[in-house]
Amino acid sequence: MGFKHKDIIGLQDLTAEEIELLLNTAENLKEINSRDIKKVPTLRGKTVVNLFYEASTRTRTSFEIAAKRLSADTINITASTSSVVKGETLSDTARNILAMKPDIIVMRHAASGAHHYLAQRVSCSVINAGDGAHEHPSQGLLDMLTMRQKFGKLAGLKVAIVGDITHSRVARSDIYGLSKMGANVFLAGPPTMMPPGVERLGNVTVCKDMREAVEGADVVMMLRIQLERQGKTLLPTLKEYSRYYGLNNNVLQLAGKDAIVMHPGPINRGVELCSHVADGAQSHILKQVENGVAVRMSMLYHVSGGELTAE
Amino acid sequence: MNLLIKGGRVIDPSQNIDDTLDVLVVEGKIRELGKGLKAPSGIETIDAAGLIVTPGLIDMHVHLREPGLEYKEDIISGTRAAAAGGFTSVVCMPNTKPVNDNKAITAYIVSKAKAEALVNVFPVGAITQGSKGESLAEMGELKEAGCVAVSDDGRPVVNGELMRRALEYAKGMGIMVISHSEELSLVGEGVMNEGFTATELGLKGIPWAAEDVAVARDVYLAEFTNSPVHIAHISTKGSVRIIRDAKARGVKVTCETAPHYFSLTDDAVRGYNTNAKMNPPLREADHVAAIKAGLAAGTIDVIATDHAPHHLDEKDVEFNVALNGIIGLETSVPLSLKLVEEKVIELPVLVEKMSSNPAKILGIDRGTLQVGVAADITVIDPNREWVVEPEKLASKSKNSPFIGMRMKGAAVYTIVGGKVVYKRG
Repeated sequence: MGFKHKDIIGLQDLTAEEIELLLNTAENLKEINSRDIKKVPTLRGKTVVNLFYEASTRTRTSFEIAAKRLSADTINITASTSSVVKGETLSDTARNILAMKPDIIVMRHAASGAHHYLAQRVSCSVINAGDGAHEHPSQGLLDMLTMRQKFGKLAGLKVAIVGDITHSRVARSDIYGLSKMGANVFLAGPPTMMPPGVERLGNVTVCKDMREAVEGADVVMMLRIQLERQGKTLLPTLKEYSRYYGLNNNVLQLAGKDAIVMHPGPINRGVELCSHVADGAQSHILKQVENGVAVRMSMLYHVSGGELTAE
Repeated sequence: MNLLIKGGRVIDPSQNIDDTLDVLVVEGKIRELGKGLKAPSGIETIDAAGLIVTPGLIDMHVHLREPGLEYKEDIISGTRAAAAGGFTSVVCMPNTKPVNDNKAITAYIVSKAKAEALVNVFPVGAITQGSKGESLAEMGELKEAGCVAVSDDGRPVVNGELMRRALEYAKGMGIMVISHSEELSLVGEGVMNEGFTATELGLKGIPWAAEDVAVARDVYLAEFTNSPVHIAHISTKGSVRIIRDAKARGVKVTCETAPHYFSLTDDAVRGYNTNAKMNPPLREADHVAAIKAGLAAGTIDVIATDHAPHHLDEKDVEFNVALNGIIGLETSVPLSLKLVEEKVIELPVLVEKMSSNPAKILGIDRGTLQVGVAADITVIDPNREWVVEPEKLASKSKNSPFIGMRMKGAAVYTIVGGKVVYKRG
């Protein structure tokens, strides 16, 4: 089957079959990343614009490498260097970029729904690299790819996600993707960071404490506590947060024997994750980063509407 | 300005009239109500058979945007929209540029309206200077210049002491305080109602408690100071309960809601629809049900639109930066008539909430068909079906969540001082 979407805004919009296709393609493309010459001509002649309205190192770099390995031409625009500082609206920026005829715009934006807005106004493809607290589909996909590699499947897995769910686009994309693929998501975090109705987003159970979520889990996903965002009223101190919602070896012992630890990065060492765990044998954090490139290659490839040619 | 309106269902709650009658207007005033009235020769006659004839509708919460924000709306376009919506009087909020916080601005609005407006314009002055919430505006002079109430609408009076003094002082001047009741510290950076939809869309929520807490404060201050207060645009279950209980113990509180709070839930925001963004925000279904119950029980006295025109450039943006507010004048009648169709309230009660109650609350001599008063009359066809099309709206702005929707019911004649200012084709 082919991939029918012009854009990838969120995993909420995709079917299980489409997610599976994206993951399978990523798995195939991964091999390119370990070649001596890490380049295939698949997207030669295509132009990918990375439009980043929010600081990002990992995701932007990952998308750029992904595009380059597929031989696309890439341009990076970040808010600090673009005309955004001159007060240009998103609509005008989009129109101007569009006039230069790109094939794909990869955008990160602080406003939830910005991609929705953009995709309705441009004819080229739009890939969401994170919008506000809404979705981060490439992260959701790379998380699922990492889990699938470890366990061979996603259906039936118990996945604990711990931290600030309210402000997390990663949590939402993980919830949508994992639920569609038949996994079960257990959430934990301070009630100040648990959004109303979150259990209705998918196969979600909200746990009263972190231990309940981690117990018997196959995957423990820790979310980054963003000091700049949550500092004011949601938490007393990071010390207390770390004590009740941080992952250390004691808590990790409650998880399944083969459990893996994941984190979308960047890590606050000693806050949500202690260094022993972050660097321990169960940590799959760098694996996630590695898979990120393959997943983004797959996304770029599929929105371009291409067929995978056997090589 | 002589006119005979024949054979309509005349509903005038101020006189307890609900009967098929003729209405005779002579020299801009109501001359006679009765059956089979003889038309003096040459008089213009409106055949109102099958139509509803009411005292001219009054919208006590409108933003005309003049002076200063004429790119959104002005007195001509705003009152044209009012006439098209069946309103013979509008009460305009002071958050203009500059703020209507002194008699010079009021005088400007009054004179501009006198020269250009299609319907009666009653200005509201500010509670505090510049609506900054720091010191009281000159309410006495505002009243003398023509203001019928004071309000810092768009923002609450944050300081409790200042609100207390505003209520006391306004009482002395005999002018109503209209409160935009909202606890801003609870609103924070919220952009829509806090609930499942906000969770799904990843948008910052505004809890219903932000409204309830503030309504409670203002109601208690009204009780403590023994002063009247009118709470604007209530949208929550809690507001209805607080005001119902306060009324029961004799507090002089009245309130209004807007058609969107009983017509839409926060589901309307899906797709990041900036035309469903307003303040207070659209709520969940249980609150919508409570607003309807509040209308039925008489807790909610008035339906007012909070007509808030914004330019396309202020709405055609990312959701979180879009301005709050929607236009309402031209869709209020059909949306409110739906309450009658759904048997939430009877038609005379609806007319009361859109005409005689606002007049009574503000102390203006409108909202009645009593013999001798200015002939402000609205003639409504409850069965007229139409579609909300942006290019057909009289308002300069088109920021309505009802665009494209089919409506049932419309004003077919809007009559101000005996003069037909709008006739639906």
